[in-house]
Amino acid sequence: MAALEARGSPLDERTQRAGLCFAAPALAAIAVFFVLPVAAALLLSLTDFDIYAVADPASLRFVGLANYARLLADPSFWNALGNTLYFAAVGGTLSVAASLGGALLLEAPLARARGFFRTVYFLPVVTTLVAVAIVWRFLYHPRIGLLNRALDALGLPAVDWLGDPAWAMPAIIGLAVWKNFGWNLVIFAAGLQAIPAQLYEAARLDGASGWQQLRHVTLPMLLPTTSFVVLMTAIGSLQLFAEPYVMTQGGPGDATRSLVLLMYEQGFRWWNLGFAAAIAFVLFAIVAAATWVGRRVFAVERTV
Amino acid sequence: MKRRWLSALTLGALVALAVFSLAPLLWMVSVSLMPAGEATAAPPRLLPSAPTLAHYEALFSRLPLARAFANSLLLASAATALGLLTNSAAGYAFAKLRFRGRDALSRALLAALVIPGQVAMLPLFLLVKELGLVNTYAGVLVPSLASIFGIFLVRQYVLAIPDALLDAARLDGAGELRVFTAVVLPLCRPVLVTLGTFTFLGAWNDFLWPLVVLSDEALQPLPVALASLLGEHAPDVEILMAGSVLTVLPVVVLFVALQRHYLRGILAGSLRG
Amino acid sequence: MSSSSRNSCRRSSPALALLLLLGLGCARGERGSVVEFWALGREGEHVRALVPAFEARHPGVTVRVQQIPWSAAHEKLLTAFVGDALPDVIQLGNTWIPEFAALGALEPLEPWLAKTPGLDMRDFFAGVLDAAVIDGATLALPWYADTRLLFYRSDWFAPGLPGTWAAWLAEAERVQARLGPGQHALLLPLGEWEVPVILALQHGAELLRDGGSRGNFASPAFRASFAFYLSLFERGLAPQTGVAQLANLHQDFAGGAFGALVTGPWNLREFAARLPAAMQAKWSTAPLPAALGVGPGVSLAGGASLALVARSERKEAAWAWMAFLAGPAQQAEFHRLSGDLPARRSAWDDAALAAPRVAAFRTQLAHAVATPKLPEWERIASRIAWHAEAAVREGRDLDAVLAALDRDADQVLEKRRWLLSKRAGPP
Repeated sequence: MAALEARGSPLDERTQRAGLCFAAPALAAIAVFFVLPVAAALLLSLTDFDIYAVADPASLRFVGLANYARLLADPSFWNALGNTLYFAAVGGTLSVAASLGGALLLEAPLARARGFFRTVYFLPVVTTLVAVAIVWRFLYHPRIGLLNRALDALGLPAVDWLGDPAWAMPAIIGLAVWKNFGWNLVIFAAGLQAIPAQLYEAARLDGASGWQQLRHVTLPMLLPTTSFVVLMTAIGSLQLFAEPYVMTQGGPGDATRSLVLLMYEQGFRWWNLGFAAAIAFVLFAIVAAATWVGRRVFAVERTV
Repeated sequence: MKRRWLSALTLGALVALAVFSLAPLLWMVSVSLMPAGEATAAPPRLLPSAPTLAHYEALFSRLPLARAFANSLLLASAATALGLLTNSAAGYAFAKLRFRGRDALSRALLAALVIPGQVAMLPLFLLVKELGLVNTYAGVLVPSLASIFGIFLVRQYVLAIPDALLDAARLDGAGELRVFTAVVLPLCRPVLVTLGTFTFLGAWNDFLWPLVVLSDEALQPLPVALASLLGEHAPDVEILMAGSVLTVLPVVVLFVALQRHYLRGILAGSLRG
Repeated sequence: MSSSSRNSCRRSSPALALLLLLGLGCARGERGSVVEFWALGREGEHVRALVPAFEARHPGVTVRVQQIPWSAAHEKLLTAFVGDALPDVIQLGNTWIPEFAALGALEPLEPWLAKTPGLDMRDFFAGVLDAAVIDGATLALPWYADTRLLFYRSDWFAPGLPGTWAAWLAEAERVQARLGPGQHALLLPLGEWEVPVILALQHGAELLRDGGSRGNFASPAFRASFAFYLSLFERGLAPQTGVAQLANLHQDFAGGAFGALVTGPWNLREFAARLPAAMQAKWSTAPLPAALGVGPGVSLAGGASLALVARSERKEAAWAWMAFLAGPAQQAEFHRLSGDLPARRSAWDDAALAAPRVAAFRTQLAHAVATPKLPEWERIASRIAWHAEAAVREGRDLDAVLAALDRDADQVLEKRRWLLSKRAGPP
């Protein structure tokens, strides 16, 4: 610490006040528009706030954990949870694997025009989800969609991607994998670049084949990056909303109703705010648990 | 020989992935230029037989997408301006200005990153309603006034600025504000461009919150207007694709122009972990 | 405070000022006599064609129609109510009227009806009008009507169908006997509540009891109707096809997968548009058979109504628009544009509504009854559909299913029971 900022000096007091003033707008915004609503959501989840309470606040009742109990007994909650976990597990794994594969390819010594390809792979990431969900809705159309036309050309039977309960979630996974491919790829690529070349040299000198180098040099060195990517992908997947909202509205039946979609419907379509807030907090608990588990498993340290 | 074969294979695989990434977007553009009804015709067409801009004209004349485009531009620009102001100031404060409770606040903010945004959404709507901001631009901007990610992005960058520079400015008689505006901000230009790009892209693509807050279609940004369009014109593929192109094109252009900064932002965020 | 830190504090005020300006400048303000109307689905497009005639009749009043897709309609309406951002006139599905009534969002129309002697409320179909009357107050004006009746293949079933289920089923068995595997006389998609509820109403069942605060599904009448519903599947007359599995209804109909189904007026246009030319002469409509007594049987009175928003600041103009749309000539014109059935009897005298396939709807609408008028109805209805599907697919014990349905309904109605006990009357 510079001598200028010795504790208690007038300069130190000045920077103290300046620090508070500079940070104040952002902190105030976060406090009022984030922390406060989150606290309110917790409170709401302990009440039976619904359409009657919207009309007449006096009809609000404090019900303790009744909403949570109702949630746990509600098959639609378990269905939504199952769908979300299915998406996170299958979609997340596919997404990470595909991006890792792509990054390995991009950073391979024989690859050319890396900058160009990286830009191209990243393009889907910046596109507006609603817009591309509409495009994919048509790609999946049973009669006129490109996917079924391709299947037809190969002599395979057509699939009702968004209308068949068995295929609807895989269809949404397809969109999600396509859209997030570039994001994780870029992070993996940076991680790959950071691996010192000497390690590969040493392995080659020891007679290691390409596959062995991958297993014993690349993947272990990539572990921090991989753990970060897996954690971020998992957390993002748990918040699945826009894809089913645009493409299937949670259908067919309840096959693609995710937790956030269920929360949105309960909250904004039926105004069962108490119930919806409980769903939100269950989601928060799951995300927090995933983060905690992720950190323990991969021993990633966060430095403040 | 083997090397050349492997090289070709690698290039082929890279190109295949590129096709995978671009194909839906290219199809989107192609269909948007097709005459009405051609996309659903029996022999499948990949390219328009007679490219036409009729659907784009329809979007701007018959349908309110020009208004939605203007709304998106206004909202994204305002969010970027506001976000840059608050996040850069706070990021600098967290990095260089010791104030009481700074470290505790820092840890608390990091912990708060775990909370999914949707948890706050419902009560936030009620709060926005109490403030009388439902169905207004201000109501839409409220959640993007500050972002924990943005604060830490700036903080990470500012930490690298030598204290000596700041102290020198102070010795010269500069007030704290001048130190910030004259010394720190110019040095921060790269991270500000990164943060600005991030914020703009995020605000442009925002869907759920504007959907909830805005009921008047004259105020809706492109993603919400597009979803409405889908609800009403589900069979009209060509118009929907034109709407999608309109929504996607600006962010794609912005990204391609500023990709270096944007990618740096992602990596900065990931390296922290 | 030193001057520099005061300056840095003041830095944030331009940002706040900008925020305020955006908020104030862009908030909805007074716009003279412009009636804001939210129409749902395709009706929004069609109704725009009627605006010029209205504006010509009422100079100085403009109507601004905003079209809201059905998929987002319910949440947009409720969110707008909470956010105090509703327009002047809204279109409501009839099953939503009780909900908005409970919110106090709708203006009672009696005073306005008194000022408009030309609008004869008896001209509306009784069942459809009943859906708009909550606790004795008329809260909406019926716009178009909807009901369910039989669409059937006239090459399988003889035209002029019998008026009772007993006779109709005998006919259906004869048809079924002539069919091959995978073909059925009747299609009753599982996961829809309309058919079980219609059958219950036809058997004279009260779906709820105790002022609509408890399920009444174990009652003898409902039990009989539900057993009858299940028997249609057990006798092999209807396939166990769920709503989600209906890939292409019209293709299946043309292809002979089923001979009859219970559906609504939108299929008049859909059948005409999507069935192949060879099928066009081979389908017809008929009112539902009755379960008790002689036909026609009772069906659901659905459709959409126009409501005047209680917080509107332009009620005179808004009411003028509503009354205009309720005029017989406009009702007939709207039918020509949209295919929706008029809610006013006198509008049916128009030539466009004389065809026999359409006329069956006129008969049915005269025998249509509204569903229970509670905000919780849709949730209870979806439970009925769910239990019905489970009962059909898994062959569960009838009484166990009805008891479970009662439990579900009681749980959905718990708050209503509490409110009823807390106050003198229903909310």
